[in-house]
Amino acid sequence: MSSPTMSATGLVNRVSAQVSGSTASGRKLSLGKQLLLQAILLLVAFTVLFPLLWVVSLSLDPRNISRPTELRLIPPGASVRAYTAVIERPTNNKISFAGLAFNSFKLAAGTSVASVLIGVLAAYSFSRFRFRGREVLMLSVLTVLMLPSIATLPALYVLLNRVQFLNPQTGKMLFNLRDSLLGVGFAMTSGLLPFAIWNLKGFLDTIPRELEEAAIIDGASPNQVFIRIILPLAVPALAVTAFLGFMSGWTEFAISWQFLNQVKDHTLMMELYNMIGQYADNTPWSKFAAMSILVALPVSAVYLALQKYIVGGLTVGGVKG
Amino acid sequence: MAATTNVTVGGQPGFWQKLGKGGTAYFYLIPAFIVMGIITFYPLGFQVWMSFTNYGLKNLRLDAPAPDLVGFTNYLKILQNDLAIPNFNFWGMLSFNLFWTFSNVIIHVALGILIAVALNTEGLWFKGIYRAIYILPIVIPQIIIATVWRNMYDPDFGAINQGLAWVGRLFNIAPDVFHIRWIDQIDAPIPGIPLPLSYFALLLCNIWLGWPFMTIVATGALQSIPKDLYEAADIDGASGPQQFWSITLPLLRPAMVPAGVYGLILTFNLFSLIFFLSGGGPLRQTEILLTQAFRLVNERQLYGVAAAFCVYIFFILLALTIMVNRITRATESYDV
Repeated sequence: MSSPTMSATGLVNRVSAQVSGSTASGRKLSLGKQLLLQAILLLVAFTVLFPLLWVVSLSLDPRNISRPTELRLIPPGASVRAYTAVIERPTNNKISFAGLAFNSFKLAAGTSVASVLIGVLAAYSFSRFRFRGREVLMLSVLTVLMLPSIATLPALYVLLNRVQFLNPQTGKMLFNLRDSLLGVGFAMTSGLLPFAIWNLKGFLDTIPRELEEAAIIDGASPNQVFIRIILPLAVPALAVTAFLGFMSGWTEFAISWQFLNQVKDHTLMMELYNMIGQYADNTPWSKFAAMSILVALPVSAVYLALQKYIVGGLTVGGVKG
Repeated sequence: MAATTNVTVGGQPGFWQKLGKGGTAYFYLIPAFIVMGIITFYPLGFQVWMSFTNYGLKNLRLDAPAPDLVGFTNYLKILQNDLAIPNFNFWGMLSFNLFWTFSNVIIHVALGILIAVALNTEGLWFKGIYRAIYILPIVIPQIIIATVWRNMYDPDFGAINQGLAWVGRLFNIAPDVFHIRWIDQIDAPIPGIPLPLSYFALLLCNIWLGWPFMTIVATGALQSIPKDLYEAADIDGASGPQQFWSITLPLLRPAMVPAGVYGLILTFNLFSLIFFLSGGGPLRQTEILLTQAFRLVNERQLYGVAAAFCVYIFFILLALTIMVNRITRATESYDV
């Protein structure tokens, strides 16, 4: 990421000429310093792990009490009863964990795939072509990228609510786009698409152009270049962008909470909020903890596997919450 | 976030310019701009119109009358805190939002660099294990982290008070002392500083959440610093701290500044953490702009006011982004 300036390289050359022969092993760590650093890093590791151990411990607590009475990381007689209870029915609402997870999955996968498919086309155009209006269009994408999705919630709520279908005879509501997973998906895509465009453009900018230039000289059209060269090279970037989109959809709360009224459409995050919100005093903590773990584990595991590809790209693209 | 619109293309700009002539460039943009036109740009325009009306619950039905145009009433009411919402204070909220952002990111960057430097010490044992553990806060969804910390801050049964009581017992302090109401306590813990205890609770949680990202960025930058620089400094007799200040820090800057900017924007908009951990409480003292915007829509159904509020958010974010980008550019060049 950083490169030493001319003066630094000059210094290096001068000095390495003086001390030729001395290698990196010149700086040896004394035992005292080693132990001090180990103590510090161990303490940091403990603070990182503590909340995670706490929530695992809560989830395994077999005593059917709503709150733990003492601080114990391994509760006596640990059991997975809370997990089975959560999988059956997380809250008093009549929907199973699988039902919630399916709703969340539909939202997350749908918005992420749609954004990446549409986004990569626009990203290719912005990254490779020079055309009239390019700067203005890119600036318009950047401007909405800067806006968090909650800042467009009032208009999206009102507008999507206007798309209603009533039964002409009875006047009863048949379908309200706002009160459906489809509507929530539209609202989420509104925020996700600019991110996908910008993130993918950042990745495409790093693909060297020599290959394409050679192909074009051989007579390939821009469409052939896109399908045969760009897309195969961009697969990792597409996967990472899709995953980040999936993650934000999986944990989306504000839009779904505002839009969805019917229990059958509820998402994981909405029921998790029901477990900790205002009326949640009766939820045993073991159930809350098991729910948290079940929601977090799949996405965290994938993130962990992909993190070395993700973290570098983040500062390039920027994510919205 | 930094906008670089003038990327130079390869060595032959003319080559690609010619290609764009055929309209292919626009063809690839059409799907994205149709979709964004319908679900992003049109709603944004509509929202500006809404902000000049008294749009409310009564205007939601299809056959409802159109809302009345009220001019700048919504905008003025927000600035004058004239909204019939208890403890609504726009300027207080904005200052808190900014203070929250900068206090967090400064700590994240400082802590991130320190831990990265410690972790990159040559000859250190168990590096791989520490790295694997330190990545965890990044990969777990923020909302889950917020709910778990909220649970840990519970005054009666939460892990933090119980842990403090356990430590206190070693020093013969009665456990009742540690009945700390982290989220709900209204009195400011430090006299003279108008920050509630829940600010510090949020800060602690967000430090836990935020430093590992900075450590990863700093680690990448540290590994690209040539070791010879330190050897040269050793020979010149520079002490460890001297080397840190005059070699490590200046060479980390190009990597840490963009990461810090990214952190600033992210922290300014950190809806999930605040909404799920403190809920903006007590008495709205830890409310940020986004949580308030959500409440205007969700709890108050004041759609017109919420639209005006979101227009303010847009301009505040725009100003923040431009300001931060200026600072970034001003610090881009550096000397060793």
